[in-house]
Amino acid sequence: MEKSKLTQHISQQFNQELEHVRSQLLAMGGLVEQQIRDALTALIEADSKLGEQVVREDYKVNAFEVSIDEECSRILARRQPAASDLRLIMAVIKTITDLERIGDEAEKIGRMAVRLAETERPQDYYAEIAHLGELGRAAVHQALDALARVDIDQAVRVAKDDARIDRAYVGITRQLITFMMEDPRSITRSLDVMWAARALERIGDHAANICEYVIYLARGKDVRHTSLEQVEKELLESR
Amino acid sequence: MTATQTDSTGAARPPNLTHGLDFSALQDSARTLDLASEKSCLEVEGLQLFYGEKQALYDIRLRVPRQRVSAFIGPSGCGKSTLLRCFNRMNDLIDGVRIEGELRLDGADIYAPSVDVAELRRRIGMVFQKPNPFPKSIYENVAYGLRIQGERSRRMLDEVVEEALRSAALWDEVKDRLHDNALGLSGGQQQRLVIARAIAIKPEVLLLDEPASALDPISTLKIEELIYELKSRYTIVIVTHNMQQAARVSDYTAFMHMGELIEFGDTNTVFTNPAKKRTEDYITGRYG
Repeated sequence: MEKSKLTQHISQQFNQELEHVRSQLLAMGGLVEQQIRDALTALIEADSKLGEQVVREDYKVNAFEVSIDEECSRILARRQPAASDLRLIMAVIKTITDLERIGDEAEKIGRMAVRLAETERPQDYYAEIAHLGELGRAAVHQALDALARVDIDQAVRVAKDDARIDRAYVGITRQLITFMMEDPRSITRSLDVMWAARALERIGDHAANICEYVIYLARGKDVRHTSLEQVEKELLESR
Repeated sequence: MTATQTDSTGAARPPNLTHGLDFSALQDSARTLDLASEKSCLEVEGLQLFYGEKQALYDIRLRVPRQRVSAFIGPSGCGKSTLLRCFNRMNDLIDGVRIEGELRLDGADIYAPSVDVAELRRRIGMVFQKPNPFPKSIYENVAYGLRIQGERSRRMLDEVVEEALRSAALWDEVKDRLHDNALGLSGGQQQRLVIARAIAIKPEVLLLDEPASALDPISTLKIEELIYELKSRYTIVIVTHNMQQAARVSDYTAFMHMGELIEFGDTNTVFTNPAKKRTEDYITGRYG
């Protein structure tokens, strides 16, 4: 989706339309990343105001989704894009669905942050969650970057890294179970933390989905429901 | 999908959604055509064509699959109509045309000295951009081919005319005025009449050179629908400037550029993920 590739159409207007979709998508991605970052800060620093703001701002993410979706259907109806243009539009339509879900997960974390701000914070000040959150946020950032540059190598790398996020999530779950067994009074708080961790783990999955769309965009190959080893093997063979 | 079922207590419970689903439909829609496994009808081997000094076709190699629709697309002057006209030797009529290489219909050389060109054109029918009905009645237009073959039986002619007009999806519109002049029909009807005339003599191949480019959208859709109906019986080759039309009607698409065949593959792949950059640039409307 490099800019130069978008702007080679004979129709200048089509160039502009694709360029607009692209910039809207990247803006939406930037907003979603900011939402994750704010939600994490709110959680870790017990900032209930910031948590409320994240919940409030989610409507912007939704508005982006609706607007980009409309623009894509307009392009499909009026331009009947083919080949890489068609794959670009399809990839954008799918990506914004995942971005919107990521936005919802961030909103959930924001809501948990507001509730947890009232309670006593754990001794480690959510160090594990901070780590998991950073992995999730970075995954979203890198997935969008791979999409913007149609970088297959990076897409595969980010999708593979999702396993690290999953491991971090499992680690947090174990830790929380230990807390709950040690001190049943911590159960309410631990469950809320568990929800936040779960949301971050889901964010990683959505980032991995976006990476699959990058491979589809670049190679015209649908790699959903295919193992990463298989995908890598085929990509190497096709070079 | 199954209707809502009731359990033993009589209370409604939601239907089992996966149980009744037919997954074979999914597999069917995912199945792409495979050019290598098709039976070929027309074969082109190392075809070079010259208009005097100027070379118009360069080393074309192509196997047109039987009972499929193959579309030739490409910019003006790329040689797609020239190639199409080679199949029924229409280029013979043009002075200074020289052809090298081989073209075969069902394995037999189209340009062999022993070939009867009239018989070849009976087997390979052609329809042009502008409808060209004869200034005769609708009936006589369709019966024309049979009459020059010497068919006299009125009953036989009636049958063939009706069948051809039905196949061309024109019968219902003209059955009450078969003996009116064909030039009184609309452009779209005339084009379908010309197709009826072509199929009345039972050809094996139909060559369509921009068959819908002079028609309005509704007539165009009727012609496209007709192409879909006809492909179970005929091998169809269509030349079109309208890429969406090629995408809609064809099973296979050939992209030509400057007299060369750049890519020939199944239409789904050509329009979603072409192998060659020149194809990609053309169908997405980029600078070549």
